[in-house]
Amino acid sequence: MGCGTSVTGSRAKKSERAIKAAILIQRWYRCYMARLEMRRQYALSIFQSIEYAEEQAQLQLSSFFTFMLDHFTHLNVTDTGSDVQLLEYERMIEVPDSYRGPRLSFPLTVADTNSLLHAFKDQQHLHARYVLQLLHETKKLLKQMPNIIHLSTSYSKEITICGDLHGKLDDLLLIFYKNGLPSEENPYLFNGDFVDRGENSTEILIILFAFLLVYPNHLHLNRGNHEDHIVNLRYGFTKEVMKKYRSHGKKILNLLQDVYSWLPLATVIDSKVLIVHGGISDTTDLDFLNLFKRNKMKSVLRPPRQDIAVKGMTRPSSSSSHRRQYTSDLLDVGKHMCLLHDGVNSGPLLEARYLESSVCMPSMPSELTAKEWKQVVDILWSDPKNQNGCTPNKVRGGGCYFGPDVTARLLKRYNLKMLIRSHECKQEGYEISHDGQVITIFSASNYYEDGSNRGAYLKLNPDLIPRFVQYQVSKCTRKRTLHQRVSVVEWAALKSLREKLYSRRSELIAAFRQYDPNYTGRISATEWASAMESVLHLDLPWRTLRSRLVQLAPDGSVEYLSCFNDLEIEPAIKEVQPALVETLYRYRTDLEIIFNIIDKDHSGLISIEEFRQTWKLFNSHLKIDIDDESIDKLARSIDFNKDGNIDFNEFLEAFHVVNKFENK
Amino acid sequence: SLPKKERDSQTQTIIADIQKKITDAFEVFDHECNKTVDVREIGTIIRSLGCCPSESELHDLLAEVEEEEPTGYIRLEKFLPMMTKVLMERRYRPIPEDILLRAFEVLDENKCGHLTKEELVKYMTEEGEPFTQEEMEEMLSAAVDPETNTVRYRDYITMMVVDEN
Repeated sequence: MGCGTSVTGSRAKKSERAIKAAILIQRWYRCYMARLEMRRQYALSIFQSIEYAEEQAQLQLSSFFTFMLDHFTHLNVTDTGSDVQLLEYERMIEVPDSYRGPRLSFPLTVADTNSLLHAFKDQQHLHARYVLQLLHETKKLLKQMPNIIHLSTSYSKEITICGDLHGKLDDLLLIFYKNGLPSEENPYLFNGDFVDRGENSTEILIILFAFLLVYPNHLHLNRGNHEDHIVNLRYGFTKEVMKKYRSHGKKILNLLQDVYSWLPLATVIDSKVLIVHGGISDTTDLDFLNLFKRNKMKSVLRPPRQDIAVKGMTRPSSSSSHRRQYTSDLLDVGKHMCLLHDGVNSGPLLEARYLESSVCMPSMPSELTAKEWKQVVDILWSDPKNQNGCTPNKVRGGGCYFGPDVTARLLKRYNLKMLIRSHECKQEGYEISHDGQVITIFSASNYYEDGSNRGAYLKLNPDLIPRFVQYQVSKCTRKRTLHQRVSVVEWAALKSLREKLYSRRSELIAAFRQYDPNYTGRISATEWASAMESVLHLDLPWRTLRSRLVQLAPDGSVEYLSCFNDLEIEPAIKEVQPALVETLYRYRTDLEIIFNIIDKDHSGLISIEEFRQTWKLFNSHLKIDIDDESIDKLARSIDFNKDGNIDFNEFLEAFHVVNKFENK
Repeated sequence: SLPKKERDSQTQTIIADIQKKITDAFEVFDHECNKTVDVREIGTIIRSLGCCPSESELHDLLAEVEEEEPTGYIRLEKFLPMMTKVLMERRYRPIPEDILLRAFEVLDENKCGHLTKEELVKYMTEEGEPFTQEEMEEMLSAAVDPETNTVRYRDYITMMVVDEN
């Protein structure tokens, strides 16, 4: 403090110091927050990369699964036109007196929807007979609807539009709590992706369909890309149904296939607002979309046959200079199917004797044309991008990336004001893009991990001005700081990533060793990043992630084996080689799907012979390098009680990665 | 010291390393995968690379990399050389703990070891380069000691530093 100067002078000086101090603190704080933001961004991009890579991987296997499905005819019960009558379900399936859950009576009323909500809050299940009846009635109703539904806001003040729910019942209940239940005064539209990933996909479908039956003119549903039985195989809904409905699960899934295919593809409000699940492309033709028979599209992964000569399977490749330039193309799946059935390179496939039916051409949705298929896929799978143009959506393997120019053109062509879509998880639950012409609405909060994102719904009034409401389901009541929230998400993302690394351990080590011929255990950061990308194809910022995945030597080089340090796989089988364990771990989701397909009586058991044959099929399809003898040995050793059967749930449980230092 | 040739080669390696680091950070926000990022993310990218510019310094840096006609996007092509220079010259170094502590002490007029919530809010939202309401709320959520309802800045700083590492 100055002395001898005037009071104002010293006060001014003091004030100047205070301002400098304030700026310093602000500077520091903003840097800190920026680094947190960076961590959050890459945590989310880890989740996204893994998610999209898995979608990609599924496409590779889709032809295989389709082949499997075609040859297990019990799964192929198609609707030949003679509908089971509603009452026949009552004859076929008995509901015991001991059943304490809701008992539905058709036609449904508000009493039924209330009892369903009540029951699901209490974590009860709806009995299979009611589920089947509900699906039956839903299908009947949906069949009467056009492909594109036209709504008007003139009868009510506002319509509420919700995005992806993905089986998160808590989010749906929270929406109903905040916004009221659907009714004539409170109309809703749910924009697809009701199922998969979350644990209550079944309950969400039941609730939505029940409200649909009670208020058919005020509850609206659009089909999403997850309303697809083949996608469900991988992303958890099939598993959920089979688990909750052991005896009738297959029937439910069959009926659901039809229900999905009858869901409307799009909705238009006041002739001004277009609502679809994914997006559009530069070839989207709404008139065309409205006219064709939409139920021909059972699954996006069963495309129309191609008459192109077989070229063989395309594998995703990645050059480090272009992100997301995978080469797989949904249309190639058609070629693969020809490959499988023409007998080219498929000797062992055709000879697997345990298959029930003889190999024949699958009953393809023969009337679905390539154009129809593309129009639907574009609507369900596309994503907006910020720059002009329309490019194939190579990351997802279907649909397009559409730019503001594509949007503008389509809106102009049909005299529309805006496009509302979902399909992508957004941190704030919603996002406005293309200069306000595109809105993304996403309603599953904490989608990747507790704290990863908010959910939102939007309310549209007759002026067609959207109002957004955000929320987040939370396990804890205390408000967490941003740092705590980011840490949780980051930790989960890294855990996910480390498991992925572990599942490709051998390949990774081989790639690292290419740079380290003398086995020093160290390579440079650049070499490490290269090796990681060449094996994993996840296109992540490896250098930024480096310090969180591996240990670094003092000179900055990477000790590449250290990323495997904390993890180990706990196999129940001792005599199996580590390489085989790793491979089984990597394909465990796929194996599970296959097991579920094979297990006709849902007993949880398959015979050793079936296991062996399935593995060989799988092996030859993916060209995995595991010799038959190892598989035989494995099959024998998994049969713990030596009765010729394998309990595959136990088997799969055994192959999970355990963090050595994690508290169980 | 090393002969010139070796020194040059070392420098080349350092530069290459720095450029890779910058590119990686840039790519985290390059959502379209076309070597551009939204201009609003530049601050985050620069700060995540270890620099600690003030808002006005950030503004100047941005002016160097923006297009003649601002498009809302910044291209890697322009960002990379600018950022490489910044890192090579070690500009906008982060603030050491002790300097930060002294800054808080300046604001603590009564030298009592803590600031009241109101004092902190006043300084942060009215002086210097003011915080937005969101920034202020976020800082308060971590900085205010719930028991005393004051900002015990020494503890706060320690906690933040530990958190980072």
